[in-house]
Amino acid sequence: MRTGASTFAEGVDLSLYIIAGISIVFLIGITAVMIWFVFRYNNKRNPKASHIEGNNTIEVVWTVIPTILVMIMFYYGWAGFKPMRNVPDNAMVVKAYAQMWKFSFEYPDGTYSDTLVVPINQPVKLELVSRDVLHSFYVPAFRIKEDMVPGKDNFLWFEATIEGRYDVLCAEYCGQLHSYMLSSVTVVPRQRYDEWLAKAAATGDDHPGLAVMKQNACFTCHSIDGSKLIGPSFKGIYGKTEIVVTDGAEREITIDDEYISRSIKDPNADVVQGYMKGLMISYENTINDQQIADIIEYIKTL
Amino acid sequence: MATVSTDLNYLQGKKGLFSWIFSVDHKRIGLLYLYALITFFLVGVTLGILMRLELLNPGKDLLEAQTYNQIFTLHGVIMIFLFIIPSIPAVFGNFFLPIMLGTDDVSFPRLNLLSWWIYIIGAIMALSTLIFGDGPADTGWTFYAPYSVKTGTNVTMSVLAAFVLGFSSILTGLNFIVTIHRLRTPGMTFLKMPLFAWALYATSWIQLLATPIIGITLMMIVAERFFGVGLFDPSIGGDPILYQHLFWIYSHPAVYIMALPAFGIISELLPTFARRTIFGYKAIAFSSLAIAFVGYFIWGHHMFTSGMSGTGRFIFSILTFLVAIPTAIKVFNWVATLYKGSIHVHTPLLYALAFIFQFMIGGFTGLLLGALATDIHLHDTYFVVGHFHYVMFGGTGFAFFGALHYWFPKIWGKMYNAKVANTAFTLLFIGFNTLYFPMLIAGLMGMPRRYYDYLPEFHLPNMISTFGSWILAVGLILMLGNLIYAYFKSKEKPGRNPWGGITLEWQTQSPPPVQNFDRMPELPKNGPYDFEHKPTIKE
Repeated sequence: MRTGASTFAEGVDLSLYIIAGISIVFLIGITAVMIWFVFRYNNKRNPKASHIEGNNTIEVVWTVIPTILVMIMFYYGWAGFKPMRNVPDNAMVVKAYAQMWKFSFEYPDGTYSDTLVVPINQPVKLELVSRDVLHSFYVPAFRIKEDMVPGKDNFLWFEATIEGRYDVLCAEYCGQLHSYMLSSVTVVPRQRYDEWLAKAAATGDDHPGLAVMKQNACFTCHSIDGSKLIGPSFKGIYGKTEIVVTDGAEREITIDDEYISRSIKDPNADVVQGYMKGLMISYENTINDQQIADIIEYIKTL
Repeated sequence: MATVSTDLNYLQGKKGLFSWIFSVDHKRIGLLYLYALITFFLVGVTLGILMRLELLNPGKDLLEAQTYNQIFTLHGVIMIFLFIIPSIPAVFGNFFLPIMLGTDDVSFPRLNLLSWWIYIIGAIMALSTLIFGDGPADTGWTFYAPYSVKTGTNVTMSVLAAFVLGFSSILTGLNFIVTIHRLRTPGMTFLKMPLFAWALYATSWIQLLATPIIGITLMMIVAERFFGVGLFDPSIGGDPILYQHLFWIYSHPAVYIMALPAFGIISELLPTFARRTIFGYKAIAFSSLAIAFVGYFIWGHHMFTSGMSGTGRFIFSILTFLVAIPTAIKVFNWVATLYKGSIHVHTPLLYALAFIFQFMIGGFTGLLLGALATDIHLHDTYFVVGHFHYVMFGGTGFAFFGALHYWFPKIWGKMYNAKVANTAFTLLFIGFNTLYFPMLIAGLMGMPRRYYDYLPEFHLPNMISTFGSWILAVGLILMLGNLIYAYFKSKEKPGRNPWGGITLEWQTQSPPPVQNFDRMPELPKNGPYDFEHKPTIKE
């Protein structure tokens, strides 16, 4: 296991060592006794068996001892977990979004980023939002994990204690590219964090349509270079005629403003032939009409 | 029962396919299950080996991501619904429960046949997704909403298959409960029943009471997909967490449907090969009931990271630890049964010993998953995959193989080559641990489960695990090959009682006559494992 890099690591690792330690002692002990019995009481050495039906004292002993041990294990598990639910008042709040197959983060000042950058020794509360199906925010080095459930406001918090870059993985199966749903959290000194945030907030050079599409993870499924991913590529798509499947029937359409707008708001209404239905969710409440207009302008340039 | 001696055993008499697939003889039905189960098991194994091949190296090796996701789903559906859940009760329960109780059949022989037919129909439905529709489901065997509501693959058919299979399980459970209550031979009180019957009794209650919940839950998925009812999909007003609760209210007790019968097998094997009475008969019998009972209240530990309140997590965690206690009691009593025995080391005993070792690893890793702090780190990682396979395959699977080697001479009246069987066992034991132990390590390192591809740091444990799968495969082929060879070629006649057992099945002929007994079986004086006053079993 890699070294823990958050304040939770100590509690989690301690309970792990205690439970695993007790378990290994018992595993080795019981196995050794079992093997020894098989040799010692082999029918060649012990041709006549003794018929011991049981012993109440020993039954009580081996009921009470495991009871005490598992309660100790439970206690350490609880103790290591408890702080994870108590968010300090001075925590910095960041919104974490998940959608097939991308994480993104929104900082208090409205800045978006694909990766998380946090100051060292600063409690950070993540408000977990899923835009489509179940995901789970997992940072092994921090010993934290919480599911991102659509329609439900989950949270987690952490305080990073060691500088460095750590993997963020999606731990709840979320479809085709689940195993590629990765991000990172970089822990830096406060000053470098401030510099990074200022720079991230200022990089507004992207075409406004491109910026909206990046924010909404359009490019995990749609390429801009013509390659086929989960959905059709945007390259040269505007004005093209395509066969789409509407309610099970095929029809020919031309890709225009109206079609793009409908594909964003009601993506499963007309699915381009050869692609799977049901994988894209509606962005009706996420992307407004002005942003859709920006997206259309941007797609025209591809 | 009259001591009518019939020359025909259950394998003789009527011949032909129809005499089997419409037979109401519990022994033939047990074998029908066995042949079907082994077939599906081999399909599941093949899918598992394909998955391990894909995971040999990081990056794409031979499957597309989508195919991989469908394969792990089908692997789970087959192994759980078609193999492990029916396994021991449907095969050995059907075959041996009536014989061990000293009766001639289960209470409802026709219902028993119907269970098998429902099972086969469900199985065909599950496998039909390979050919028909938009491909097998890619949701994982848990069918978690809302993905299972949204995906374009053939979730509906997979879910309907599990629904149908549920009825087979319910009916078998019902049949066994009534059989145990009504058909015990005179003189056999509940506390003189073999422990295998006790284990089946506890299992049957779970099957009867818990299975309807999964049935209705899966129907709700179908309703959601077809009519957009808004039960589980939040975009139409549903709650995905509701699905998880409903799913695990069945599926956690179902883990005990899979494990308890295996405990029963081990409780049969140990006294027979130690030639002594079992240690703590009542402790073992009642701990089965305790596990079945407490098992109902701990489903929430599958959802420790789903956003449950701290209080909820506290309660489910402490209850989870409670279930460890009756399980520990069983293990202690089993090991104590070897104490001062006169132990004969034959193949079935080796499987029992391996069971105890592997089941302990499964149990101890379960403690790490039941504790809150560690579960947060280990939840939904390969640690869970390793833990689950240690319990289900290292536990129940090995008990199944042990039972197969134990009762092989009784079922077919033939004997396998013991040396080859022991070699196969050794390969299986080594292969199994090489395959699954590295998964625990990968999980501790932080590798999530259901991963088509992984970060380079997880390469080593994955590589070792894949090597293990090859050893395991060779072991399986050797084991089955040895048994099949014995079935066709063995000249050895093992007689009534090759192992010196004293439960009633060893008092009848091998294979048993159609009516199970050719002469009145004799009950040992003090319970089923009273080797001190054992009945004399003449050929």
